[in-house]
Amino acid sequence: MTARISRRAALGGVAAAAVLPSVRARAQGAKIRIGVLNDQSGPYRNTGGPTSVICCKQAVQEFGAHGFDIDVIYADHQNKPDLGAGIARQWYDRDGVDMILDVPTSSVGLAVGAVAKEKDKAYLNIGAATADLTGKQCAPSIVHWSYDTYMLAKSTGGATVRAGGTTWYFVTADYVFGHQLQRDATTFIESAGGKVLGASAYPFPGTSDFSAFLLQAQASGAKVLGLCNAGADTVNSIKQAKEFGLQARIAAMLMFITDVHALGLQTAQGLTLTESFYWDLNDRTRAFTDRVRPKTPDNWPNMIHAGCYAATLHFLKAVADMGVPAAKQSGSAIVSRMKAMPTDDDCFGHAHIREDGLLIVPSYLFQVKTPAESRGKWDYYKTAQVTPAEEAWRPLSEGGCYFVKS
Amino acid sequence: MRGASVSDTSGITRRSGLRALAFGFTGAQATALIILVAAIILGPAVLYPVFLMKVLCFALFASAFNLLPGYVGLLSFGHAAYFGMGSYLAAWTAKYWGIDAEIAILIGGAAAGALGLVFGWLAIRRQGIYFAMITLALAEMVYFFCTEASFTGGEDGIQQVPRARLLGMFSMQADMSLYWLVAFVFLVGFLLIHRIIHSPFGLVLQAIRENEPRAVSLGYRVDQYKLLAFVLSAALAGIAGATKSQVFGIATLTDVHSSMSGEVVLITLIGGIGTVFGPAVGALLFGALETYLAPFGDWVTVTQGAIFVACVLAFRRGLIGELAARLRLSL
Repeated sequence: MTARISRRAALGGVAAAAVLPSVRARAQGAKIRIGVLNDQSGPYRNTGGPTSVICCKQAVQEFGAHGFDIDVIYADHQNKPDLGAGIARQWYDRDGVDMILDVPTSSVGLAVGAVAKEKDKAYLNIGAATADLTGKQCAPSIVHWSYDTYMLAKSTGGATVRAGGTTWYFVTADYVFGHQLQRDATTFIESAGGKVLGASAYPFPGTSDFSAFLLQAQASGAKVLGLCNAGADTVNSIKQAKEFGLQARIAAMLMFITDVHALGLQTAQGLTLTESFYWDLNDRTRAFTDRVRPKTPDNWPNMIHAGCYAATLHFLKAVADMGVPAAKQSGSAIVSRMKAMPTDDDCFGHAHIREDGLLIVPSYLFQVKTPAESRGKWDYYKTAQVTPAEEAWRPLSEGGCYFVKS
Repeated sequence: MRGASVSDTSGITRRSGLRALAFGFTGAQATALIILVAAIILGPAVLYPVFLMKVLCFALFASAFNLLPGYVGLLSFGHAAYFGMGSYLAAWTAKYWGIDAEIAILIGGAAAGALGLVFGWLAIRRQGIYFAMITLALAEMVYFFCTEASFTGGEDGIQQVPRARLLGMFSMQADMSLYWLVAFVFLVGFLLIHRIIHSPFGLVLQAIRENEPRAVSLGYRVDQYKLLAFVLSAALAGIAGATKSQVFGIATLTDVHSSMSGEVVLITLIGGIGTVFGPAVGALLFGALETYLAPFGDWVTVTQGAIFVACVLAFRRGLIGELAARLRLSL
């Protein structure tokens, strides 16, 4: 009897031993898949595009081995909300994507947000500016990194008025992002004692000739031309303003170092703009840039690229902390873990993600250097003003996010 | 095109009995229909259902569009207006009135049909390039209206449209239940278009395409036929757009943009203008290009362009048109 039991036990032991490695192998085979969804071919290619993918992969590489595989895929949403939402749906449903990263263009960013909310999957938005992602259209599985319209308007709008730019005229891209930027900037300009004389909205996308709008700006006699647009549109409107010899100073409400590079210092000098990251801010940002630069020699990282790196790194830390099976189950679980853990990376230093999903970091008002001041490649910015982290962003209670308890 | 239609008419006299049995299908067309239905039933097992739903919506859109250039000889460059309006109205009513899916889709189709009645009434007074230009201009006006009107949400579109229920009782949350609804809408639309083409009304349309003065001299009120064909085409395009907005839960400017008007021309061209099955095959090919090339980033548009050039140069009658010509069949 005992012999039989022990034989059975032995058989069971052998069977268990045979099963065990396969279980372990499956655990090792667990894979976290990241999908970078952005504009690979249109006006926002340089501000996001392939460099975002490179920075995401850089984070994966630096994160190293933690017992699970990490896979990065990417796609082009061509700035079409339905195409972006379609790809997001397929990635989450079919292709096993656990987190979608970047997604510039506010309309696409919000459409993908709706999919992420429906499927309870992690969505780290870096490239879209709309503050609604952590406001009216927030979701427990969404994180918004690097910048939003409120932070840009507060920094660029408020500071320029204090420097004497008291009257404004806006040239605005006619979509949600442009209008939101203009609305927020107007609030800060007026509260700082400035005045908005007028605004022109132009069709987006597809406008390349801004002359009619620039002439209206000139006729208004405003001291500051506020550009509520982004990417190639900003570059084109600044170039044309220079060609027209526009007297007003130009405040780009959303501009990146990649745009300054495209313009050249001769045209861009004197512009004011806001970013939350600059490669030459401190030793850590320089170290990050030195690591990633060889992979993208012609397009150095801006705040979107830095955000893609930092957000991916923090996401992977949270996944490692909670374990892959739990992470794969719920996007909001990963994101709440990300909110619970303080962030620490070379681009943004020590910071934290607020309850509504917003990363809280300082914002920097930069002025573009003159060609004489610039000492080398991509040496473009001097810091004009720093807004501390606690003042830079929209107060938590004003966002209108449904799950924030006020 | 002329040769194909001649064999078509002789086919009617020879096999009218068989045709009546098979809902007006010839033997070859019935076989193709069986293959199509089998593909729709088996497709979700192999391919992603949401992708297939998109293909079915575009297939219906292209089939509706095909009615005009393929059977009346009128090339419309503004079909995005009807597709987009159907999409917007279905999305808006489903989101803010909370109505059922089938009602939303019918509202989309009715609105597009009404728009088609007005635009068609203006456009059919001219032919050829002038007709195309009028439809394009009117569609551009619709696009401008949609960017400015507040109910469309501008560049943002109407987002987060809930998937409505069917007949007030069936939930459409699961992809597969919505898939069967979309497949049903497509098949009904497809059979309707087939029926229209092969009805006495459709034969008059084809007579107008071949020789309009002769049709007039035979006593047909040509304008009324053209207008009805235009309205039917617009309404079915609207139903396709409305169905698409139900699938993706979003209606945006992409749907009314002139590039959408161009896309439907290309889809029909690839599949074969003036063939019943061509637009569906074109939609599958086009959808596959857009979806499966997305990972290649900026190469999507380049590859699409190259494939279009190749198709237009090598298969001028479209894939199905060439196949039909090779097999001496009407598909």
